[in-house]
Amino acid sequence: MLNMMNATQSTLTLALTKTDWLGLVYLFAAVLFYLGLKMLSKVTTARRGNLVSALGMLVAIAATFFQISGGEAVSLVWIVIAILIGGGAGLVLAVRVPMTGMPEMVALLNGCGGIASLLVACGDYLNKTGQTIEINGVVTHVDILSSAGWDVLLATGLATLIGGLTFTGSLVAYAKLAGSKFIPDAPVQFAGQKVLIGVLLLGSIALAGVLVAKPDAGYVLILVAAMSLILGVLLVIGIGGADMPVVIALLNSYSGIAAAMAGFVLNNSALIITGALVGASGIILTNIMCKAMNRSLMNVLFGGVGGAVAGGGKGPEGEARAFSIEDASIILDAARTVIIVPGYGMAVAQAQHAVKEFSQQLESRSIDVKYAIHPVAGRMPGHMNVLLAEADVPYEQLQDLEQINPQFEQCDVALVIGANDVTNPAARHDTASPIYGMPILDVDKARTVFVIKRSMNPGFAGIQNELYFKENTGMIFGDAKKVVSELSAELAAN
Amino acid sequence: MDPFVINLVIFILAIALGVEVITKVPSTLHTPLMSGSNAISGITIVGALLASFSETFLAFGVVLGFLAVVFATFNVVGGYVVTNRMLEMFKGKDSK
Repeated sequence: MLNMMNATQSTLTLALTKTDWLGLVYLFAAVLFYLGLKMLSKVTTARRGNLVSALGMLVAIAATFFQISGGEAVSLVWIVIAILIGGGAGLVLAVRVPMTGMPEMVALLNGCGGIASLLVACGDYLNKTGQTIEINGVVTHVDILSSAGWDVLLATGLATLIGGLTFTGSLVAYAKLAGSKFIPDAPVQFAGQKVLIGVLLLGSIALAGVLVAKPDAGYVLILVAAMSLILGVLLVIGIGGADMPVVIALLNSYSGIAAAMAGFVLNNSALIITGALVGASGIILTNIMCKAMNRSLMNVLFGGVGGAVAGGGKGPEGEARAFSIEDASIILDAARTVIIVPGYGMAVAQAQHAVKEFSQQLESRSIDVKYAIHPVAGRMPGHMNVLLAEADVPYEQLQDLEQINPQFEQCDVALVIGANDVTNPAARHDTASPIYGMPILDVDKARTVFVIKRSMNPGFAGIQNELYFKENTGMIFGDAKKVVSELSAELAAN
Repeated sequence: MDPFVINLVIFILAIALGVEVITKVPSTLHTPLMSGSNAISGITIVGALLASFSETFLAFGVVLGFLAVVFATFNVVGGYVVTNRMLEMFKGKDSK
């Protein structure tokens, strides 16, 4: 590629500098990222799209190496060591992580992108503060900081702020998702938390402004970094597990915006374009998640559902009917269409393979099986899809809210496996319910509904599910994996 | 034109492009899209490489650059590999 460019260069009357060529290669990489992302949004082309985007990354990195290769060898050796450490760790983790650990992995990756952008911004600032260069024995102290424009300084502050909060925010999300003992899955909230967040946020933006006014005030940047790290913890610790899909998508967006800000710092178009692309895609995903919960982003970030709504809306009355495995399998055996509704409970029990075997058992009896996937089922966007794909369920069988809802009326059995709030009919009619207005899967419209659940404990929103008390609903109590396996065995025995 | 103005134009246009290209993504692909775009945001590795290169090697700024390269490479390699692993699993009925 470069050779080709160099060959044509001689015939051009335009005199392009090394930096210009680098800019053009970065543009080429950015086009590959764009094409890669476009292909990633279709199932048939997604895998190739990922490779196209990886190629773009390779081109960008190679070109950068080409640019800096004229420098001191010591520096380059350390860079290679850094790449080996980071790349090696990334490769090992990426190959080893089980599909059930994917939410944690994505959180970790987001965090690394964020801290890298913070370090780039701060490192560049320090590189600018003072350089002692020795040329032919003459030592000169060069300070290019004073010549840095207001925009570069502001971007340095913002890249540090966004990068830092992405880092600690992602680490808290990681801890919550991994079920750490130190950080609970439930929202952690204390008096004055919102005020503190507001003060830290506005304070750090103001400090970025101070940096513009006093470029050599390095301590200001350290303050911004420290505040951003605290801010990330405070922002995410107050959010509960069921709202994690929104948080993960938002952190993804932040990691992109932080990279774009680092691009402003370095006056580097590759970082700006790519960071903006990722920032935009993350925001769209965040928006889809918010819509799926009928809540505004502000409400997710600061509303703190869970603790606050206990007692809101009156609970449903009546008695839930428990079904035995035998009784349930008789009804399943007689069904013609079954819709399986997986939720976080399936992920926790790691029941995806058992579910696949179960659906094969049904299909062998020429029962039509589909899966209804709510956008916020699980702990990250697309969580259920990944788990079921791992178990070899063809993606055509996975249907989203709009596709599947009209089909529940014609469906004989809806089998809810570890999903709760996304199936609560109260969201349609009970204006007092905290989940009122949230788009739900209309499982209650199926002829028979079976709910596999460990106990009658309420779901994440802290409310009892009306569905469990309906006449056509039967509860099968137990661990999702165990119950589904037993159902398969019972069906096979008949 | 001031580089800042040019950069801002690029930034805004790229956001518009990002919104355009992602709007119609099926929910099946939400996770790979996220991890894949996350790998792309590891582009900050370019900045890290530039920041970690300096004539005065032991400057503290270069140390930060070194760490930035470690984290950014983790982000890039981990992101692409994990996305590829997931996409490998997405099979249709026919491709089995």
